[in-house]
Amino acid sequence: MSAEVQTKQAVMEMAQEPMEQQKQIQPMDGSAVLIQGLKDQGVEVIFGYPGGAVLPIYDALYKDPIPHVLARHEQGAIHAAEGYARVSGKPGVVLATSGPGATNLVTGITDAMMDSLPLVVFTGQVASTVIGTDAFQEADVIGITQPITKHNYQVRDVADLPRIIKEAFHIASTGRRGPVVVDIPKNVATEIFVTEEERTAEVNLPGYQPTTTPNYLQIQKAVEAIRFARKPLILAGAGVLHGQAMAELKTVVETKRIPVTNTLLGLGSIEGTHELFLGMAGMHGTYTANMAISECDVLINIGARFDDRLTGNLGTFAPHARVIHIDIDPAEIGKNVPTEIPIVSDSKEALKALLNQEFEAPDTADWLTYLNGLQEESPLWYNTDEHEILPQEAIQMIHRITEGDAIVTTDVGQHQMWAAQYYSLNNPDHWVTSGGLGTMGFGFPAAIGAQIAKPNERVVAIVGDGGFQMTSQELSLLQEMRIPVKVVILNNGALGMVRQWQETFYDERYSQSLIPVQPDFVKLAEAYDLKGYRITKKEDAEQIFREALLSDEPVLIDCRVKMLENVYPMVAPGKGLQDMIGVKSK
Amino acid sequence: MKRVITVTVINQSGVLNRVTGLLMKRQFNIESITVGHSEQTGMSKMTFIVHVEDEQKIEQLVKQLQKQIDVIKVNDITDKAIVMRELALVKVVSPPHARSEINSIIEPFRATVIDSGKNVVTYQVTGAPEKIEAFIDLVKPYGIKELSRTGATAFTREIQKVNTPQLSILK
Repeated sequence: MSAEVQTKQAVMEMAQEPMEQQKQIQPMDGSAVLIQGLKDQGVEVIFGYPGGAVLPIYDALYKDPIPHVLARHEQGAIHAAEGYARVSGKPGVVLATSGPGATNLVTGITDAMMDSLPLVVFTGQVASTVIGTDAFQEADVIGITQPITKHNYQVRDVADLPRIIKEAFHIASTGRRGPVVVDIPKNVATEIFVTEEERTAEVNLPGYQPTTTPNYLQIQKAVEAIRFARKPLILAGAGVLHGQAMAELKTVVETKRIPVTNTLLGLGSIEGTHELFLGMAGMHGTYTANMAISECDVLINIGARFDDRLTGNLGTFAPHARVIHIDIDPAEIGKNVPTEIPIVSDSKEALKALLNQEFEAPDTADWLTYLNGLQEESPLWYNTDEHEILPQEAIQMIHRITEGDAIVTTDVGQHQMWAAQYYSLNNPDHWVTSGGLGTMGFGFPAAIGAQIAKPNERVVAIVGDGGFQMTSQELSLLQEMRIPVKVVILNNGALGMVRQWQETFYDERYSQSLIPVQPDFVKLAEAYDLKGYRITKKEDAEQIFREALLSDEPVLIDCRVKMLENVYPMVAPGKGLQDMIGVKSK
Repeated sequence: MKRVITVTVINQSGVLNRVTGLLMKRQFNIESITVGHSEQTGMSKMTFIVHVEDEQKIEQLVKQLQKQIDVIKVNDITDKAIVMRELALVKVVSPPHARSEINSIIEPFRATVIDSGKNVVTYQVTGAPEKIEAFIDLVKPYGIKELSRTGATAFTREIQKVNTPQLSILK
């Protein structure tokens, strides 16, 4: 009998002794406590992949199940968890093994960090006794993930596990959301708990107290600034969605008659058809939105972080504006853009406080007329082609057929920008895209997670032919679980955005950006027992899209689109927002 | 500009790495850093001296440090009345015929001899970093065989001048 088994028995006997006098204590090991802890947190689903170091945890999961989605690559698992988190608002839970399992998660963890998505990621680790010896499948996960997580833990003692689980979920899902990694050495997963107290330890985070309510004086200053503004503008970012402040935003916009623009990640915080919505701002934003930023006299940023793709050249960003910035993360305020009125707060609380002031709406009639004129004058545009399908047309078709109600996920690149421009969203939390990190291969697995979170919604993954091939192995999940995700590949046989930049800034030297040889995507779908469609002719497009998108089954649509199409309008890198190319005036 | 930052952290493994990793990620240059236990059990105190371009940059640094879960408190004490000390061990080439000369010129520094050999003497000198610099400059002509500095540690004085200028975010 090994020493470990002996101690285990001894501990179990010890635990059994006082049973008669006190309340019955079931001896539990680390793994069982972990599963119990996840259930206590209300975890509905785990996205994961097993391996050596997490065998005890998977064994506990076998005995005490929580629905588990077995992705075919850890990157697929974590992007699915991100999609789940984005549409449900609940933390996505990921489980992977040590070493390669954990390192395969790095892209997804960074993506979640950049886009403030709540994730709790559990990684296995080699036994404590061999940590630091370059053991089989050992990687310094804490070191690797320290700069890309909101916080991370290595569980050194099983007694700390219940508290760490609670803290991990608390940190991930409060304040500015973000990923938390919990690294569990294999021996910790099998150690037995001795006392009841250990299992009920509570959160203890003296260094973590996010500010969620606004400072009254700052709110008053904001009111004063807005009241006397003539050209106010609201920039609504993802913070509105994270804070579920959509209703408050709409009230402010409508009662104060202030036009609103979105960041890429803020899309959906107000419906795309709203009369005061100017479209997305930034590098590929609408001309009106960018001119509004350049000309406004008060800019009210709600939960956006003034990312460089939004601001363009900071030297000419919003030159006439007094900036009000509402953000739950104080470090974002003043980071890129000098801010006159900082409001550290949850977006909902801040907007409520603003509305409570019951101030008079500013006179924005002239400003709105001017912006309306710009919208009329210089709308989004593209030239249609007699034979080829334009990617913008394809997205408009998808929009028409799904009536703007679908959950749309994307990768990064041209298709992402077109989807942002042409898929006008009716609903919040229906837009899942990799913004900050710009991760290829994100959209398809994220759609799987989104569909799992919202089984009754229609989920469309709009991806490019390049990005799709980075995580296409997850077609297995559609096959296995019959998850009715609609995968639309806007196939232009190129890495479109790279190609566009090479065309524009590198004299059409298409270095490694054309992909003439591709798999037969329809056959690929069929290999996974999925229905595949190919759209090559313009006249068939609408009908095939209709059949495929309205089906209740998972489908893949390989839609061939024009290769040399570019995303316009555009702010060239280093230029200011008012300096757009590709603007067409009527 | 040079800033003195003190940080109170929860004393657990990896916390130093977290803080220095953050400074590296955000491209801050650390001139010196000291860490040790503080008056509260389970808490450590760090003192950094960093070089930054402007006030906006130091504001970012303070805010980013404050965001760390293991960080309890961050203070930029540069503009306050503070006590600051650093310790240096300096091994100076000191043959017998020069020894009394060296001893006499460094006397104002109140350095102590903590080791001596046939041709070298090791001095311990404490004080503000500028004083240490001055000491080093003074003995350099004799030949420094080895030099080791602890980095500065500091906190605020009991009595502050009124209207101490402060960073806007700390007001």
